Amino acid sequence: MLLIPCPWCGPREEAEFHYGGQAHVAYPEDPAALSDEEWARYLFFRDNPKGVFAERWSHSAGCRRWFNALRDTATNRIHGVYRVGEPRPVAS
Amino acid sequence: MAERRSPAAAYAGRFEAASRGEALRLAELPFLTQINVRVDPSSPAAGDLGDALGVPLPVEPNTAVRAGSGADEVTVAWLGPDEWLVVAPEGYRLELLRKARGDRHGSIVDVSAQRTTLLVTGPRARDLLAHGCALDLHPGVFGPGACAQTTLARAQVVLIPREDGFLVLVRSSFAAYLAEWLLDAAAEYVA
Repeated sequence: MLLIPCPWCGPREEAEFHYGGQAHVAYPEDPAALSDEEWARYLFFRDNPKGVFAERWSHSAGCRRWFNALRDTATNRIHGVYRVGEPRPVAS
Repeated sequence: MAERRSPAAAYAGRFEAASRGEALRLAELPFLTQINVRVDPSSPAAGDLGDALGVPLPVEPNTAVRAGSGADEVTVAWLGPDEWLVVAPEGYRLELLRKARGDRHGSIVDVSAQRTTLLVTGPRARDLLAHGCALDLHPGVFGPGACAQTTLARAQVVLIPREDGFLVLVRSSFAAYLAEWLLDAAAEYVA
């Protein structure tokens, strides 16, 4: 079980959290102008790196806030968490 | 008026039986008033709400404050950066909070029926909860003045430590499950 440090509540068990996929996927500025392929790319295409990945988590059994985490997908080590609206920190 | 039954009323007898020893006391505190408060903590409305409650809204995560006494005794628990839970005796007048907010941005909602309150006290209260809760419940870390939303035996709860034990606020629909679980986990501490 991962121990995830919620930026509000502190370290809690993974079972208290809900996963939200890749972070920093911006909504298109003018969705109506996109081609079907571009729209599908926005909806369904996500990075799948081996290494540090910025992803969204929600502390659903705690403060119910969304936040971002930098997790290494190979080792599951969490390099940092940051609140919504804060810039992505540099992974250590 | 229709008869009112609290969510864990059926367990009163078994709670009492489990409380006969010295180690543990289990009880339900039914029908407490619970108010969900959402407001920007830096706004003037938050200050006025604090004045109405008799204590400022705690802004530090995982903390709770107590104020007042008797019918005005309130516990204000931090639920989120702009969200608090006020626990007060039955009959607490939430109109006072609505009046303090006025027509400014924020929400005051009566959620008394959402959760019931179980009281777990006694020297073994911490050991009992530790069977189903991953948090460090030692009073040095999680004593009076703290609070936490977490899972207890997989049920979502709000834990509020008191001098002699814990308040466990659990959803009404989970109250029977959690009561069964507490009684089962308490078997080894009951004389």
